[in-house]
Amino acid sequence: MATNTDAAGGASDSIATAPRKQPLSRRLWDNRYLILLFLPGMLYFLVFRYVPIYGLVIAFKDYNFSEGIMGSPWIGLEVFKEMFASHGFWEVFKNTLVISALQFVTGFPAPIIFALLLNEIASLRPKKIFQTISYLPHFVSWVILAGLFTQFLSPSTGPINILIQAMGGKPIYFMADPQWFIFILVVTEVWKSIGWGSIIYLAAISGIDAEMYEAASIDGAGRWVKMKSITLPSLAPVITIMLILAIGKLVNDNFDQIFNMYNPAVYRVSDVMSTYLYRKGLEDMEYSLATAVGLFKNVIAFAMVIGANALAKRINDSGIW
Amino acid sequence: MGIVKARLGASGANPAFNILNYAFMLLMSVTTLYPFVFLITSSLSGLDMTLGGFSLLPRDFTFTNYQKVFRNPAIATGYYNTILRTAIGTSLSLLVTFCLAWPLAKKAFPGRNAWTALIVFTMFFSGGMIPAYILVRQLHLIDTVWALVLPELVTAYNFVIVRNYMQTIPSSMEESAKMDGANDIVILFRIILPVCKPIIATIALWVAVWHWNAWFDSMIYVTKASGQVVQLVMRRIVLEGSDQLTQMMAEAQRQGMVIAPEGLKAATIMVTTIPILCVYPFIQKYFVKGVMMGSLKG
Repeated sequence: MATNTDAAGGASDSIATAPRKQPLSRRLWDNRYLILLFLPGMLYFLVFRYVPIYGLVIAFKDYNFSEGIMGSPWIGLEVFKEMFASHGFWEVFKNTLVISALQFVTGFPAPIIFALLLNEIASLRPKKIFQTISYLPHFVSWVILAGLFTQFLSPSTGPINILIQAMGGKPIYFMADPQWFIFILVVTEVWKSIGWGSIIYLAAISGIDAEMYEAASIDGAGRWVKMKSITLPSLAPVITIMLILAIGKLVNDNFDQIFNMYNPAVYRVSDVMSTYLYRKGLEDMEYSLATAVGLFKNVIAFAMVIGANALAKRINDSGIW
Repeated sequence: MGIVKARLGASGANPAFNILNYAFMLLMSVTTLYPFVFLITSSLSGLDMTLGGFSLLPRDFTFTNYQKVFRNPAIATGYYNTILRTAIGTSLSLLVTFCLAWPLAKKAFPGRNAWTALIVFTMFFSGGMIPAYILVRQLHLIDTVWALVLPELVTAYNFVIVRNYMQTIPSSMEESAKMDGANDIVILFRIILPVCKPIIATIALWVAVWHWNAWFDSMIYVTKASGQVVQLVMRRIVLEGSDQLTQMMAEAQRQGMVIAPEGLKAATIMVTTIPILCVYPFIQKYFVKGVMMGSLKG
């Protein structure tokens, strides 16, 4: 308790004393009502966003609850040494990269293709209907979808396997066979996000100047040429931004999806960093180790976003900041 | 391009491509909807849905599954907890987000850029699961609704969207109020917020759906069974196959009813999904608007 208020208080003191070009007391007084509005929100960010960031220090400590974050003894890089030496860590790291990479190569282009195709539907009403239907899975949580797909893909009572058997095939244990399970993780992720992900591209397409298409039509350009030489280049900045954000997610696996769908039969391939972190931290109470795993993951994700952004800026001057 | 042509009244597109494209879109829609259709028919079936082959209609149509699920007190308590957290969480989140965004939308606010950077940074870096859990425990929020409301109260993303929107409001609007001696708080609530109605709707729905779907925080921050949200209750019944399921089955059997566990599970999933299925066609446009506002600034 004490540590939290200290950290929050310390941070707000430091801005109060920061140098300003005009007399600070005057500016603060003029803005007193605005400051009043600003305080609860900023206090929230300091306590619930920055105190946990400060809490990452327990990755370098032998944390125990009674002594708290401040009181627990420093142990340097011991936890990281233990983490890097353990077989379990590298296995979940590998699983994370494999699943994320597969979800990225399918899930990233899918909404772009969907947006391009949807845009080719000329009549507005069917277009709107297709679009609205495609958003549905976005609103449904992975807990529900996990329950749904477990039933849907069941080898004995799921309709997919009934169809497979009706066609003379053998039932497939989608959720219990490691290879099939990875396939299901990839397919359901695309299924859930394709419609929602397309919004941003559709918005960008609708912003393209119609005269460009007219001019191209007059020049005799077909559908394919227009898509290649007008639509896609116009989408490039949006695609770049989405790409930067997606790259950061490569190590941030989809906890909600995997945690709700996996089971002991497929742990070997689907135990990922976040599920490992959860079990180590909140089930085995190895707080320091779990925090170290989380820190490792967050630092890599952060570095990748920064790197991708810098690269994008150098290539076509369209980063996120 | 298709839409542009429609607007210009032009036609004559490649018919083969159009047929294929429509077919693809139909297939996509069926693929999206069919799992939900299966869930609905399964929840209305007295017998195992797939007994005796593939079917699009319920087998042995019945409401028994729903009866059993609605009579289960755990579901009712779960619903209460979900509604409670959604109501408190959404209203508080709106209040704090808009109050924070207004000062930081104004150029003259001291330290504006530094504060904004501090907030935006949290979009890309966080303490993660364990430090957040330790914080919630140390603040003694465990087993209270605040553990579900406070940790995600304001997101940097929502903040940026609201602030960007507020920056487009012409300053002349507040100047006349200032002449009349109104202070900044009065101006925010009387003049600025009424202009912000569309963005309020977007953020409110966004936060409300997030709360409705949230389950993990309830799992780690709430230890009492009576405090858990409906999504988690559903998870226990369907994914973990808790005694709730066997109890409901046993009760049905005592009353001489025949029900399949699949049907009962499907009804349990449906009960938590129905509200979303019913409201999403009406709220999706606000969601879409929010995504587009977010994309303006990137």
